[in-house]
Amino acid sequence: MIIEVRDLVTEFRTSRGVLKALDRVSLNVNRGEFVGIVGESGCGKSTLAYSIMRLIRKPGRITSGSIIFEGKDLLKISEEEMRKIRGKDIGMVFQDPMTSLDPLERVGDQFVEMLTEHGVEEERAEEIAKKSLESVGLPAEMFYNYPHQLSGGQRQRVVIAMAVAMNPKLLIADEPTTALDVIVQEKIMDLLEELKKGERSILLITHDFSLAAERSDKIAVMYAGWIVEYGDADKVVNEPLHPYSAGLISSVPDLWLDREIKPLPGSPPDLVNPPEGCRFRDRCPKAMKICEKEPVSINVEDRIVKCWLYGEGDVKS
Amino acid sequence: MLRVENLKKYFPVQKSFIETLFARKLEFIRAVDGVSFEVGRGEVLCLVGESGCGKTTTGRMIVKLEEPSDGRIIFKGRDITHLEGDELREIRKHIQMVFQDPYASLNPRMTIGEHLIDPLLIHELATREEAEEIAKDMLNKVGLPAEQFFNRFPHQLSGGQRQRVAIARAMILKPEFVVADEPVSQIDVSLRAAILELLLRFKKELNQSMIFITHDLSITRVIGDRIAVMYLGKIVEMGEVDSIVKRPMHPYTAALLSAVPSFVKKKIRIDVIGEIANPREIPKGCRYSPRCPFAKDVCRREEPELEKVEDRLVACHYPLEVEF
Repeated sequence: MIIEVRDLVTEFRTSRGVLKALDRVSLNVNRGEFVGIVGESGCGKSTLAYSIMRLIRKPGRITSGSIIFEGKDLLKISEEEMRKIRGKDIGMVFQDPMTSLDPLERVGDQFVEMLTEHGVEEERAEEIAKKSLESVGLPAEMFYNYPHQLSGGQRQRVVIAMAVAMNPKLLIADEPTTALDVIVQEKIMDLLEELKKGERSILLITHDFSLAAERSDKIAVMYAGWIVEYGDADKVVNEPLHPYSAGLISSVPDLWLDREIKPLPGSPPDLVNPPEGCRFRDRCPKAMKICEKEPVSINVEDRIVKCWLYGEGDVKS
Repeated sequence: MLRVENLKKYFPVQKSFIETLFARKLEFIRAVDGVSFEVGRGEVLCLVGESGCGKTTTGRMIVKLEEPSDGRIIFKGRDITHLEGDELREIRKHIQMVFQDPYASLNPRMTIGEHLIDPLLIHELATREEAEEIAKDMLNKVGLPAEQFFNRFPHQLSGGQRQRVAIARAMILKPEFVVADEPVSQIDVSLRAAILELLLRFKKELNQSMIFITHDLSITRVIGDRIAVMYLGKIVEMGEVDSIVKRPMHPYTAALLSAVPSFVKKKIRIDVIGEIANPREIPKGCRYSPRCPFAKDVCRREEPELEKVEDRLVACHYPLEVEF
């Protein structure tokens, strides 16, 4: 296992009260696994990525739980140690490449600076940077360009090159293609899949269920701060267990599926004041009396589901 | 219902002062470069393509938010290309637009009710009391109970709710023609289907014609009758949605389709060379030829005309034979 998130709680203080963006979230990712985390905006998927990287800023904070990365609890180490892990052992790619790139500095200078911060000698750094640029399908000469001279897709490639230059064991990509056109998206996703080869694990955070379905080994579906279903991607897509997974899948238009799309009624709950019991209850076509109580996460056929439809189950996560 | 003939929009290129001083003549970006199509009554035409292909500019010219550089727009037999003043206002009653960003299309200082009453008063279609009644009915109809939403302000609403207001505002004048520009691309995934359904309901009820602009091809099967694929300001393929989606003939259409994410594993992969097209430098011959993996010499020399091939129009010297 590369990373084990257990009962993670991340809160944000707002003017209306405390918002639990993540409410006891648990997730295991194995070595060499491509895991897609899907859900709507506000479900907590990006907060999960930022929490793993320990990049949650005030007014947010991680209040409890653990994130075990290679046997070490990332929530117990110093900021100094965490800085060494970021970029070196865990790489991250954000939605907007300009969050990671300084518009006033050449690509190469930023790249070298990042590498030397991780203790790489300057002469070696330039070589590693150019090699890394080539490994993501860019010409090594892009080392001398400014970010504004590149297209959106090229910038995202530069960011990916920087994220994988130190050969991290885990790469987290947060909506890496949302701002890009489909053809560029396809190519960036090909690149991510290629980068998975070997022992590297990839966490892809996306609102696009079919995109995650195409590329992932496993899928975690998030809703209102919970992981409601987690398991083998094909199984989650073809035989979803949680009514939210099923509802989301059948509400998404798909070019190659001959079927009518079915809108999901209602909208996600307010997380400052979440409803008691199951948070999907109001929108759920299968809601029962017992759903007024919070469901436990249980193991059903190698999948983890947080739903009363499957009884009390055998394993609590 | 609507006919567009050889529509063009050229934007002057923004240059620095020095460049302007030494340039011999003005340089233009040919955002829309000769586009022709028709939309029948009750028909939905989807304009698709990547950013910069000219689909949004085309839509904005039709609703008269952008002045065409050339070409004609004929609405119900009448040339509306250069209408002004009262005549333009009269036409606006019949042609409405739904914008992409529900955060920018509503006035933050106006209540939801005012948003709907306003158009009725501007076009003098009702008294204030009548307008209020119509507005309340409309709110209920788009799934926002009037007693809850009438007096609220846009910032108190979610993105999906705002888009419902924007749709209600566009539909309150019962337009015969609607241009919807990426109306669901900024809406949460679980709410998109409901917004599409709402648009389809109005379309049916008012027997509307619609131009639906989208970069997301998977939506075209839900909402569209026909599809026009644009590339660098021109239509490269146009025809029935089902037929184009299953058997694309233009290599660009095929590439776009093969890149669309799906729950079904794709059989065919059609490649594209490079990542973007630059609208400042439109290539000689076929505009798509530098990126087309099937391009031959003639493609780099001669620009193909948009011509009838079987059940559709295609602008390609060597139409593909593939089936998805």
